[in-house]
Amino acid sequence: MTMKSEPFVVNVGPQHPSTHGVFRLRFTLDGERIVDAEMIMGYLHRSMEKLAEGRTYIQNIPFTDRLDYLSAMSNNLAYCMAVEKLMGIEVPERGQFLRVIMAEFQRIANHAMAIGSFAMECGVWFTPMMWMFRDREKILDLFEMTCGARLTTNYVRIGGVSFDIPPEFMPAATALVKELPERIAEYESLLLENEIIVVRSRDVGVLPPELAIAASTSGPVLRGSGVMWDIRKADPYAAYDRLDFDIPVGTRGDCYDRFIVRMEELRQSVRILEQALAMLPEGPASVEVPLALRPPVGEAYARIEAPKGELGFYLVSDGSPHPQRFHIRSPSFINLTPLRDMVLGLTIPDAIVTLGSIDIVLGEVDR
Amino acid sequence: MEATPQWVVVQPEKLVAVATYLHDDSEMDFRFLIGVTAVDYLDHFEVVYHLQSISRNHVLTLKTRAFDHKSPEVSSLVSVWRGAELQEREVYDLMGIRFAGHPDLRRVFLWEGFAGHPLRKDWMGMPGGFTPGLGRFPRED
Repeated sequence: MTMKSEPFVVNVGPQHPSTHGVFRLRFTLDGERIVDAEMIMGYLHRSMEKLAEGRTYIQNIPFTDRLDYLSAMSNNLAYCMAVEKLMGIEVPERGQFLRVIMAEFQRIANHAMAIGSFAMECGVWFTPMMWMFRDREKILDLFEMTCGARLTTNYVRIGGVSFDIPPEFMPAATALVKELPERIAEYESLLLENEIIVVRSRDVGVLPPELAIAASTSGPVLRGSGVMWDIRKADPYAAYDRLDFDIPVGTRGDCYDRFIVRMEELRQSVRILEQALAMLPEGPASVEVPLALRPPVGEAYARIEAPKGELGFYLVSDGSPHPQRFHIRSPSFINLTPLRDMVLGLTIPDAIVTLGSIDIVLGEVDR
Repeated sequence: MEATPQWVVVQPEKLVAVATYLHDDSEMDFRFLIGVTAVDYLDHFEVVYHLQSISRNHVLTLKTRAFDHKSPEVSSLVSVWRGAELQEREVYDLMGIRFAGHPDLRRVFLWEGFAGHPLRKDWMGMPGGFTPGLGRFPRED
C-alpha cells in the first residue's frame, strides 16, 4: 500500500538561531524528506559595493571589517592587497609577517566559532561553544592589545599595518601558541569521536568533489570534499611562501569531513604561528602612503585564503581617489551555491547540520 | 576578440563557445570559476569572469561586453560552471544585466519590484533625493 502525501512547505528563518544570522530557507517536504529548498537572502544587504564607490580607498577599509565580522583581519588583508596590487606598493617584511600572524590568529578564532556552533547544531549542547569562546577570548585580547579593537579591527592598512605590535604582545602570543595544542587536543578528545556528532553528521550533506569544483566552493567546504586546494599554497601572498604547513583534506565530502578539516586547520594554524612568531624580522612594519590615494587607471583582483574560503576583491580604478568598481568575491555567498543539491532528500534537522557545516556569516553573504 | 596580458575580451555571441573550450580543453582545464562580476562604463557594461585551473594552477580573466545600455544581455554560463548560478543572479539584481539561458534569473538581495539596479552609475533612485555614498564626502573630481 502506498501512502498519498501532499507537498508541505516549511519556512526556516530569517529569525532562527540555526541560520547564523538573517538567512531564510524555504523547504518543500514530502513526508519528512526535503524535495525542494529555496534560499532567500538579502536581509542584511547594506549595499557596500555602492557605498564604496563614493568613498576614498582608505575610507573603505572599515567596510571590510563588517563583511565577515568574525574574521575582520582577513578581510582587511584581502582589500589592502588589492589596493597595493593596483598601486604597485611593496609591503616591508615585518608587515608581511604581522599580517600572517594576525590572519592565522583570526583563522583560529573563526574556526573556534564554526566548530562550536556546528557542535551545537548536531546536539552537543553548549559546552564546546563555551570552551571555544575561552580560547577565542584570548585571541581577541591580543587584537585589542595591538589595535584597540576586538572584532572590527581595521588593523591591516594599505602599505602595511596600522600599528606595530606593543612590547607585551610577544610574551602573550607565545604563551597562547604554547597553550593551544593542549587545548586542541582537549577539543579533539571531546568532539572527534563524539557519538552525537558522528551519528548526526557522517554521510549527511554529501558534496562530491566534481560538484564542489563546478559550484565554485572554496575553503573547508572544497577541502572537505577531498580537493587539495589552498590559495596560501597555490598563489602565496604575504609571507606564506616561507612557512611550512600542510593542507588537510577530507575523503567523503560529508558534514563530518568539513568539521574535521576545520579541526585540523586549527593545528596547522598553530604550526604557522609558531614559525611566524619566531621568524618575525625587525624593521619598519609599513610604508608611508598618501591619504588621498590616486591609483593609476586599471584593475586588480587580489585574493586570500580567508577562514571561510577564497575571499577576493576586484577593484577598477578610473584614476580618481574613489574606486570605480569595488566588488567582493565573498566565500560565504558562493559556498551556498550547492546547498540545494546537498539537502535534497534529507530531513530538516540534517539540513540544519549541513548549513552549519558550510559556515556562513550573513554580513558576507548579503554584503 | 582582443587580448592583453591580463585579460581576454570575447564577443558576446562567442562567449559560450569560448567558455566551453576553456572548461573542456585539457591544456586549459579551467574547471573552477572564481567569480562573476560586472562593471558599468557608462557607454557599455563589461562582464568579468575570473577563471582558475586547479590541476594546472593558472588563472585567466575573461571579459565580454554588452553595449545596449537600456537592456544589456549576455549568455548565461551556468551550463558550463554551476558556480555562476548565484553570482549571475547577483549581477542581474545589482547591475541589471540579463543572462539569457539562466535557469532561475530572479533578484537575490533586493526584493521584487525594487526600482532600478543600484550598481549602475546612473542609478539615483533613493527616496528623498539622497545620492547614496556621495553625500558626506564630496568628490574632488
